[in-house]
Amino acid sequence: MTNTEKLTQAFCEALMIDASAVTNELSYQGIAEWDSISHMVLISEIEGAFEVSLETDDVIDLSSVAKAKEILSKHGVDFN
Amino acid sequence: MTDLENIFRLAPFELSRTEKQELMLNGLNQLHQFHRNNSEEYSDFSRLLFKDNSEFTRLEQVPFLPVSAFKNHYLKSVSDENVFKVLTSSGTTGQAVSRIVLDKPTSQLQTKALNSIITGVIGSQRLPMLIVDSKVVFANRSSFSARGAGIMGLSIFGKDHTYILDENFELDLTKLTEFLTKYNGQKILIFGFTFMVWEFLFKQIEKGQLDLSQAILIHSGGWKKLENMAVNNEVFKSEFYDKHKLSEIYNFYGMVEQVGSVFIENSQGFLHCPNFSDVIIRNPIDFSVQPHGEPGLIQVQSLLPWSYPGHSLLTEDLGVVMGEDDAENGWKGKYFKILGRSKKAELRGCSDTFKK
Repeated sequence: MTNTEKLTQAFCEALMIDASAVTNELSYQGIAEWDSISHMVLISEIEGAFEVSLETDDVIDLSSVAKAKEILSKHGVDFN
Repeated sequence: MTDLENIFRLAPFELSRTEKQELMLNGLNQLHQFHRNNSEEYSDFSRLLFKDNSEFTRLEQVPFLPVSAFKNHYLKSVSDENVFKVLTSSGTTGQAVSRIVLDKPTSQLQTKALNSIITGVIGSQRLPMLIVDSKVVFANRSSFSARGAGIMGLSIFGKDHTYILDENFELDLTKLTEFLTKYNGQKILIFGFTFMVWEFLFKQIEKGQLDLSQAILIHSGGWKKLENMAVNNEVFKSEFYDKHKLSEIYNFYGMVEQVGSVFIENSQGFLHCPNFSDVIIRNPIDFSVQPHGEPGLIQVQSLLPWSYPGHSLLTEDLGVVMGEDDAENGWKGKYFKILGRSKKAELRGCSDTFKK
């Protein structure tokens, strides 16, 4: 599985949405499924999938799929 | 608002009197103008009740709304389509509920302000987190209570969030001990409302001698219910330390009516004002400013409320400023103590919202 696929899967499982909805533009609070409660589930899914530990600043900054990729890149996850 | 981004980069208690007053004055002048132009009610209010200068030279000149204004009026300075969330206060049955209108930018500022304060105390690493509450507070996902909002707000500082009360609000001791065993020797975060931490955690584990020496406890919600049981901050802290070796305890005071006003306890046990908010104590009879050391009504000022005119509010709480820029732990800014609710105020408080 590529890292992009892993990330998509984390979003699908945490937010209970279809893979087709997971685009770079998908944003926090942009859809009803991505609210403050599911956000913490998402963070935990992402941490598990990529075996990283996100800091509080990352949790706040992770406001879109594109941002998630940017933050994970800082942790050495490659999306290219 | 760009100023705020810079302020959030500073340590939360870094600005001393002169710097802070300049910053607050500049920000509050902008907020006053903005709300005067965007909220008819605020404009009328400040024109009628205050000498409406276009530019204030002292913080105490900035008009203040009584917090009860949010019960009687739907105050906002953004258009309907930009309203992102309406927070409601902890009104009990029969009482009017305050409505606080947030747009996305103001809501994000609130998260950043809380981040600045809490990470200043616990560090930037998220800690395994025990929540002294039950998941049933989120039963209605689209609109949760002030208590639910408080838990969600603090959740970003934790991981492996573990709710230790079951659906009947009974302590799940197995869950608690499993958690403590799993993270033995590591720093953990405990969060809950003051009354619930005492009633549903402390009193239930009193005899058990649980070791909480690695924990940081953050709690909020007020002392009203506990004072009836003769438990104040000193008793609360010394009991947790004596029985469970828990020494890092931070009480904080905040209010739904003013985003940004989050005051956390300093090493002397007083509530400390962060860089972006401040308190002024006023004489309850004539509303003149009280000198430090003299009790009165607490007025709060904050640089965050852009979506609604809540930047300068007179609360119904009594308090006293204990000092400024000279806290033992080196924090700058004013620190104060809450003395209770003013007699005329309606009885309310977060702990009142607890219903089994």
